[in-house]
Amino acid sequence: MFAYYLDLALRSLKRNKVLTALMVLSIALGIGASMTTLTVLHVLSGDPLPGRSAHIFYPQIDPRDMNGYQPNGEPADQVTWIDGTNLLRAHRADRQALMTGGAVPIQPTNASIDPFYVDARYTTADFFPMFAVPFEYGAPWNAVDDGSSARVAVISRQLNDRLFGGKDSVGRTLRVNDADLRIVGVLDTWRPNPHFYDLYQGTYAENEDVFVPLSVMQDLKLSHGGSTDCWGKGPGLQADMKTASCTWLQLWVELDTPAKVAAYKQFLLNYAQAQHAQGRFQRPPDVRLRDVMQWLEFRQVVPGDVRLQTWLAFGFLLVCLVNTVGLMLAKFLRRSGEIGVRRALGAARRAVFAQLLVEAGIVGMAGGTFGLLLALVGLWLVRRQPADYAKLAHLDPAMLLVTFALAVGATLLAGLLPAWRACRVAPALQLKGN
Amino acid sequence: MGILTIFSTLRRHKITALLIVLEIALTCAIVCNAVFLISQRLHRMDMPGGVAEHELVQVQVAAIGAQTDAKGRSLEDLAALRRIPGVKSVALVNQLPFTGSSSNSSIELSPTQTQPTLNATLYEGMDVLQTFGTRLVAGRYLRPDEYVWREDIRRDPSLLSRAPGVVITRALGERLWPGESALGKTIYLGNEIGVRVVGVVESLIRPSLSRGDNTAQWSIVVPLRDTAGSGASYVLRSASDDRQRVIKAAVAVLRKLDPKRVITEQRTLDDARADFFQGDRAMTGLLFGVIVALLLVTALGIVGLASFWVAQRRRMIGVRRALGATRGNILHYFQTENFLLATLGIALGMVLAYAINLFLMLHYELPRLPGIYFPVGAIALWLIGQLAVLGPALRAAAVPPVVATRSV
Repeated sequence: MFAYYLDLALRSLKRNKVLTALMVLSIALGIGASMTTLTVLHVLSGDPLPGRSAHIFYPQIDPRDMNGYQPNGEPADQVTWIDGTNLLRAHRADRQALMTGGAVPIQPTNASIDPFYVDARYTTADFFPMFAVPFEYGAPWNAVDDGSSARVAVISRQLNDRLFGGKDSVGRTLRVNDADLRIVGVLDTWRPNPHFYDLYQGTYAENEDVFVPLSVMQDLKLSHGGSTDCWGKGPGLQADMKTASCTWLQLWVELDTPAKVAAYKQFLLNYAQAQHAQGRFQRPPDVRLRDVMQWLEFRQVVPGDVRLQTWLAFGFLLVCLVNTVGLMLAKFLRRSGEIGVRRALGAARRAVFAQLLVEAGIVGMAGGTFGLLLALVGLWLVRRQPADYAKLAHLDPAMLLVTFALAVGATLLAGLLPAWRACRVAPALQLKGN
Repeated sequence: MGILTIFSTLRRHKITALLIVLEIALTCAIVCNAVFLISQRLHRMDMPGGVAEHELVQVQVAAIGAQTDAKGRSLEDLAALRRIPGVKSVALVNQLPFTGSSSNSSIELSPTQTQPTLNATLYEGMDVLQTFGTRLVAGRYLRPDEYVWREDIRRDPSLLSRAPGVVITRALGERLWPGESALGKTIYLGNEIGVRVVGVVESLIRPSLSRGDNTAQWSIVVPLRDTAGSGASYVLRSASDDRQRVIKAAVAVLRKLDPKRVITEQRTLDDARADFFQGDRAMTGLLFGVIVALLLVTALGIVGLASFWVAQRRRMIGVRRALGATRGNILHYFQTENFLLATLGIALGMVLAYAINLFLMLHYELPRLPGIYFPVGAIALWLIGQLAVLGPALRAAAVPPVVATRSV
C-alpha cells in the first residue's frame, strides 16, 4: 500500500512542479537556517569533558573586603594565591589543581625561527589526570616537581610540530623567557569546548601551547594574563602577587561521590568561617561549589548573539511552515476531484489521509535534503566569521539526524491540516461537480 | 464590487485566508524587529571613539627575559620613534580604544563610601591624549612633570599621593556630578587614592565594552607611565596616508634598538575598530539575509496561494466577465483582496512585533521598538503583497468570458 501511495504522491508532485518546488524551497530555507544556528548553539553549549564534567568542581569563596559588598551577591570568580595554596595543600578532594594563564616567549634553538609568544598555562600537576588530558609522548610532571619547582614543561602537539617537526621531543630543551625547561610530555590533540577552566582567556579560546608548573611561573616571573580583580589598593599597584589582595587564580577539584561533594562544600564553608574569624575575610562566609556544566551555565558562556540567531532562525522556520501549510492546502484541495473519485471507489477516509501524508513526507524529505545542503553552506559561512568559536561550527551525525527528523516532522505537522481538510471532501458533491 | 463581496468570498476560504494573514503577521513582526536590530548594530558600530582614529597606529612589543632598565629602554624607544619622518606624536600607553583588554577601577566620591559609585577605565601614559587627538572641552591636559612611573609606585606607594590630577570625559563628569562642572572636583580610585579633575575631554571610549554600552565613555586619564614590554603599546600619530609606512618604520626602529624582543601587535586603529565590531558586522549581515529570505518566502507563498485561488475561481471570473466586468475590475478585485489580507496581517503583525520586542528587551537589553518601524514594516509588506499578487491577478484578468459557458 505504501509503495502505491508513494507512486501516487510522486505523480501528484510532478503534476504541479511549481507548487512542489515552492514547498520544497520553503522547507529547505527554514530547515537550513534553523539547523545552521542550532548546530552552532549545540557546539557552543557542549560538554567540554564528556563523562567527567559531573565530577569536576569549581570552588568559590569570598576573600574581598566590605567595599562593594551586597547581600545575596556571588562570591569571587577566582581565588587569591593565599587561599588557592591553602585549599590545595589541604588535599580534601580526590584531585585538585591551582592554575592561571599567561603568555610566554619561546626562543627556538633553531636560529631560523624568530622568537614568538604563545599562550601558556601555569598549573599544578593534577591538571592533567583530572581533566584526562591525552598525551602523545611522555607524561605530565608530578606533585614532587611542583614542590621543587622543577624546570619542566608540557607542550601542545601544534608547538611540537612547529619546533620539533612532530618528533618525540621528550627530554629536549625548551627555551622560555631566557630559561631552559625540560620537555616531559607532548599532548595529543585536545580541545575542550568551551575553554571551561579559564574563561578569561576567551570562552572558546584555543588551548595553551605550553604548560608549566605554577611554582616555575613564580620563579621565572612569567607574565600573567586573564582577569585580575583587586581590592584595597588600586589595581596593578601591588608588587607581590603572592600576598596581594587580588584574585587571579582558578582552583579546580575532582570529587567522585556525592558524599565527597557535600563534605568538600562543608570544608569550604569551615575554611571561610575560620578566615572570617581570623579577620582575613571581611564578608560573611559564602561559598559555591559548581560542577563544570553548572559553572558554564552560571557564566552564560553561549554568546547572546548566538541565542538570538537561534530564535530568529526558528521564527523563520515558523513562517516557512505556515507558508507550506498554505501551499499544501492549495495543492490538496485542488485535487478534490481525484480524491472524490477515490472515495467513491471505496477508499476509506483514513487511506486518503495516509496517502496525503505520504506526499507531505516526501516534500519533507526533499526539503530536508536541500535544507541540509543549505545548512552546510550556512555553517561554512559561519566558519568564515572571525569569532573564536567560528571554527568549531561543524555538523555532527547527531545533528544530521536531527535535521531530517525536524524536516520530516515539521512537514508532516504542516500536512496534517491540509490532509484532514482534503479527506473530508464529500465524494458525491465532487463527482457531481465534475 | 465592494469590499463586502470580497469578505463574503473570503469567508468561504477561511483557512487559506487565515494562513496568509498569519504568514504576513509573522513576517511583519520578525522583519520589524530585525530591521530594528540592524539599526541598533549599525549605531553601535558607529560609536564615537573620541580619538583621531584614521591617524593612529599601535605597535606593541613584549620583552624576553629580565629587563634591566625598562625605563631607559622605553625613553630611548620613544625618542627614536619620534624621529621617524611623518610621525606627529608618540606615546607609550597602557591601553587603546577598540583593543579589548583594559585596566579598570571602581570610583567613589568619598573615601568612606562602601558601595562604589561606578567603574571606569584608567588610561595611562605621558602625552596619551595629545597623541590620541582627543578634544579638550575644559581645563587642561596633564603636564609631563605630573607623571610618575608605575614601577616606582610599586616600590613606593606614597608617590601616588603626589599624583595631583586626572582628566576625565564629559560623559563621566555628567554622570558623577549632573549639571555641575567637573573641574576641581575630587574622585577616589578604589577608596584610597583621591585625585582632582583638572581637565575634561569631549569623548574617549573604553577599550572594552564588556560592562555595557552605556558605560562606554567612562574613561579617566591618570598621570602614570608604564614601561614597554609589560603589555603597554606604542601609539604613533601621523597623516593617514603615512600609516603603513610608519608601522614598518616603527617596527624596524624598535627591532634595531633591542633585537631581543617580540613585536606582538602592529596595526592601525581603523583595523582595531573593524576587529572590535566584527561580531556586530556579522550579525548585521545575517539579519539582512534573514529579512530578504523572509520577504522572499512570504512573497512566494502569496504567489502560490493566489495562483491557487485564481485557478479555483476561473469559473466565477468567467461568469463575472460574461456579465460585464472588465479586466480592470477582475485585476482590482484580486489586488483589493490581497490588500485586505495584508492589512489584517500587518495589524496582527504589529501586536506580535511589539510582543517580540518586549521579549528581546527582557533578555537582550534592547531598547523599546520606536514607533517609526511600524509604518515602515507595514508599507514593506503591502508592497510585497501587491507585487506578489500582480502575476496571478493579471492571469485572472486574462480569463476569457467564454469560460462561463464551459463545463470545466
